[in-house]
Amino acid sequence: MATLAAPAIAAATTPTEYSGVWGWITTTDHKRIGRLYLFTALFFMLWGGAEAEIIRTQLRAPNMHFVSAATYNEIFTMHGTTMIFLAVMPLSAAFFNLLIPLQIGARDVAFPRLNAFSYWVYVLGGIVISLPIFFHAAPNGGWFGYTPLTTNAYSPGINIDVWVIGLQILGISSLAAGFNFITTIINMRAPGMNLMRMPMFTWMSFVVQFLIILAFPVITVALIFLVFDRFFGTNFYTTAAGADPLLWQHLFWIFGHPEVYILVLPAFGLVSEVLPTFARKPLFGYPVMVYSGILIGVLGFGVWAHHMFAVGMGPIADSFFSLTTMLIAVPTGVKIFNWIFTLWGGAIRFTVANCFAIGLLAMFTIGGISGVMHSSPPADLQQTDTYFVVAHFHYVLFGGSLMGLFAGIYYYFPKFTGRLLDERLGYWHFWLNLLGSNLTFFPMHFSGLNGMPRRIYTYDADQGWDTYNLLSTIGAYLVGVATLIFIYNILRSARHGQRAGNDPWGAPSLEWSIASPPPIYNFERIPTVTSRYPLWDVKDPQLTADVPHTEQGDFRLRVVVGGEHEGTVQFHPEPDVDPRHGAPLASERGTATAAELGIPIPYSTAKPFFAALGLVIMLCSLLTSHLDTHVPMYGLLFGGAAVLVASLYAWFTSPLEPEVAHA
Amino acid sequence: MTTATGDVGHGYTTTGLPNRKIAIWAFIGSECMLFASLISTYLIYKGRSLVGPFPHEAWTDATTGHVYQPILNIPVTSFSTFVLLMSSLAMVLALAAVENADVPKRTVGDRILGNSRLWLFVTALLGTTFLGCQAYEFTSFVHEGLSIKTNLFGSSFFTLTGFHGAHVTAGVLWLLTLLAIDMKRGLGPRDALNVDIAALYWHFVDVVWIAIFTLVYLIK
Repeated sequence: MATLAAPAIAAATTPTEYSGVWGWITTTDHKRIGRLYLFTALFFMLWGGAEAEIIRTQLRAPNMHFVSAATYNEIFTMHGTTMIFLAVMPLSAAFFNLLIPLQIGARDVAFPRLNAFSYWVYVLGGIVISLPIFFHAAPNGGWFGYTPLTTNAYSPGINIDVWVIGLQILGISSLAAGFNFITTIINMRAPGMNLMRMPMFTWMSFVVQFLIILAFPVITVALIFLVFDRFFGTNFYTTAAGADPLLWQHLFWIFGHPEVYILVLPAFGLVSEVLPTFARKPLFGYPVMVYSGILIGVLGFGVWAHHMFAVGMGPIADSFFSLTTMLIAVPTGVKIFNWIFTLWGGAIRFTVANCFAIGLLAMFTIGGISGVMHSSPPADLQQTDTYFVVAHFHYVLFGGSLMGLFAGIYYYFPKFTGRLLDERLGYWHFWLNLLGSNLTFFPMHFSGLNGMPRRIYTYDADQGWDTYNLLSTIGAYLVGVATLIFIYNILRSARHGQRAGNDPWGAPSLEWSIASPPPIYNFERIPTVTSRYPLWDVKDPQLTADVPHTEQGDFRLRVVVGGEHEGTVQFHPEPDVDPRHGAPLASERGTATAAELGIPIPYSTAKPFFAALGLVIMLCSLLTSHLDTHVPMYGLLFGGAAVLVASLYAWFTSPLEPEVAHA
Repeated sequence: MTTATGDVGHGYTTTGLPNRKIAIWAFIGSECMLFASLISTYLIYKGRSLVGPFPHEAWTDATTGHVYQPILNIPVTSFSTFVLLMSSLAMVLALAAVENADVPKRTVGDRILGNSRLWLFVTALLGTTFLGCQAYEFTSFVHEGLSIKTNLFGSSFFTLTGFHGAHVTAGVLWLLTLLAIDMKRGLGPRDALNVDIAALYWHFVDVVWIAIFTLVYLIK
């Protein structure tokens, strides 16, 4: 391509940035969509947290009647569904959006409008599945919705319909985002950003996107069967017609176990960003961290039936899934050791982000160990459906995923708001959270081993559970207080926090080379990357002395500093380029506008929003099937379809961004 | 595509492939899991139905004494399978015609092979013929007493083949859209990517049908 000496965008075609709510609805900027994800997910985290507090209030003592048994079923079902699909996955999605393009040196994701579509489908699906709780119509069959309990014969009401439709909608959102981020990571990396230089968060996200696109179709099919059974009278889950009562369980857990890694790997990635920065050491064993992440992803598809030891699959299946489950602990353990060795001998700074990262190490290890205990079928038979299991997966998901995501929020908040979160409030949040979560979940091991079953709405006294439950409830209240401090911290620091600057922590990766918050185009110049830690190469070269770099004349990357990117690589060294590091990576101030720099920015558009709206309305038509008349159903179906088709037509026939005129 | 400032030109990608090509492959990978789940369920439920009609065996209703013949119509489905396979050939020719739209056509054969409208139309027509065979198959099954509610075979068979049929329908609509654009302004090499992506999808749907035809119809 010719030299972009003075590229110009015609003034008339400069994309409009709308203000206010309409600006958020029409945005296609991955950073704004990321913030939308972040705040929506935090809202749903509070929602799911409130449900948790109701559960703990109900269980604080024997024979309580704070809520009724029926309401309790809805509350615990929605607590699980909300936390998994509406809080933790979207919090991860917030970081995918905020970080992946910046970490790989791109200006946006591969498909900015599809990205907006994913968000709007998520938020509309979240509304569909969350609101019915106010009308006693919320899902009440557990977050894993086992059949035949969830078939028409045993759950005739609208509750399960809401769950089925809601999950289908949320699945579409995750799938669309999965295709988008896979393409982004494969195809949008800056020159020199080869796979073994990608920041670990991007790597773990990459693995997660594959898990999403391969696991979600399976639950889609399982849910389609359930939809057909409930609405069209098929027999997939009708045991009276000869159906296999385990079909749902197999399909669900083939999705459900990879889902566990979908929830935790992004947190692992964030921790792998935080620890090297605050230990001021490169990540220990980077290649092994990559391989173990991939191995976790692959093995994650081969362990699903360990959720089903109690159904009696026979010794061969039990042995197989027992072995694979023990095996998957190996790459996970490798990660824990590598993080510890990253800290070992480092100049550690105990910032709040680092405290949460180290908290993940400790808490996830506890959850991992009780996970290995479940891998033994005889032990698992004693633990299945008891509070021991509840303790296990909360250590993994609260102590693992959420701790890692909190570490990420404290670490990256300054990058996206320009202001640091208050560290003093942060320590309060961390310590109350650590104390509270351990007080909540550790006693559950004992109440579980003493035989307390999951999902019971109350229990009799003198079974040896009273004290443990009281402790759990006190712990849950402490976590609640910690969360309120956290929210206060966010609201306060967003306005009054200390100014951050480009790189408040002395971090190594590309996102810290640009302004905080980043300008809409991210990078004034797409950087050329010559090592795993481009910013340390510039600021602290002694830290990266042992890390491989592109040397002059290194042709393996097909990208050479100052050279051509296409066809046969030619090498034209630039005089101002450091021969060792190559990248003239400058700290950018981000004061110029996109138009001044001649960078095309995608148009703001509401088409993805309306496409999502049409799709969700269409799917919701099934929720009206209980009415006497079918008019609303067909109205919503065809109305939604019309909106969807019109929006898609407008979307596909309109350009993404203005053409750049080359001078 | 570097510039004097070291910046990367617009449209640069790491692999050199267009983004949409990567995305469609990821989408196809995801679709594989969708059809794998549907096909597995069909196979798991094979032979588990308590009442007929059955795919490969005759069945006598004990209460009415009515004898149901094996319900799958292999000759008709073999024909429709052949039609769908041929549609992939037509799709390849359509893509080649679009890619070579600017190459001068000297002989009658060149003009026929290089006519993208013809081959897009033939592909869509063959796809529609396949759908017609499926509609005939579904209605005749219902007349013979097999609906989606009858038994596990009915539920899993209609859901599996119905989902495949829905994919073919989407593909036909896609092809007709391309055909409409071709009629309006002519497709050329710069549109090759759009046709290529549709072709990848079309071939994938075809390959899935080969698996379904083998596992559902041919293996007893």
